[in-house]
Amino acid sequence: MEAAGFPQTAEEHPAAALPELAAVPWRRRASEASLRTRGRLWTLTTAAHVVPFIAVAIVLMLIQPLSAPVALASLAHAWIIPELYAVRGANTVRPKRRAVPVGESVAQGFLGDLLGHDERELQRRTGLALERARLGVWLVGEAGAVLVTPGGRRVHCFCVTAADKELPPSDRIAHLLLALRTDESGFATVANHAFSGAPWRLRRRMDPRGRPALAAARAAATAPQ
Amino acid sequence: MSRLIRMDNTGHSTLAEWTAGDEAAYTAAVETFRRQLDDGYIGVVSDGPGHATQVRELPVDAATVILRRPIAGG
Repeated sequence: MEAAGFPQTAEEHPAAALPELAAVPWRRRASEASLRTRGRLWTLTTAAHVVPFIAVAIVLMLIQPLSAPVALASLAHAWIIPELYAVRGANTVRPKRRAVPVGESVAQGFLGDLLGHDERELQRRTGLALERARLGVWLVGEAGAVLVTPGGRRVHCFCVTAADKELPPSDRIAHLLLALRTDESGFATVANHAFSGAPWRLRRRMDPRGRPALAAARAAATAPQ
Repeated sequence: MSRLIRMDNTGHSTLAEWTAGDEAAYTAAVETFRRQLDDGYIGVVSDGPGHATQVRELPVDAATVILRRPIAGG
């Protein structure tokens, strides 16, 4: 039985499972619940990094105002550590700087055929392909993907890439898109989770070209289905 | 006309074409498809926006069958 126009999941129809799952047998299948838990763990971890440094800064200033430089260094740590995690997330969809390969124009046409009109235009402007699915709205880049969860209040970033290093960038996106469409939960299981947090944290560290795609994904994630 | 295409460093290559009534062309396409699977490619049929199905046998009636490489966490 299909739900909301999305294909059957691999749990409902095991033959649809992504074959790449065989390479990561120790991982539990990603699901809405597992992603929610993972998101909460990321929030807790971030708080565990930030709160002690802020507390240290406050205590130092209360005990000895002359320790202001140390307190400032502590506050800097509280700011830098979450930012570094956000950079890690943004790097998953950062375009790779290199000469455009010969096959890119053909690959771009092929990728365009896989996308609807609006998604095709967005991909050409931003380099990211928007895909609505069960777990949320995905932005697929050439070496990673971002999932905006329903409601648009959290993102999950994944590192994942096609095994063939010679592929043109658009073919790399097409590879990920087809795998995602085949088995979304399997795709989120095979991919390495790199970051979870609020969309604004990711946006600040994204390549400026890709930011409109994140805005579009958030809009799609908040729109009623 | 159905097509078997492979995503590769040229963008994509058409490896075989067949029609439902052309048994010889379909048999040749099946041979090519199986060789590509043996080389590690994965067969996928795109069923329209948001839908794709992995195939292990070449469907005679699919408009396009795409061969892709496996993906892995980066």
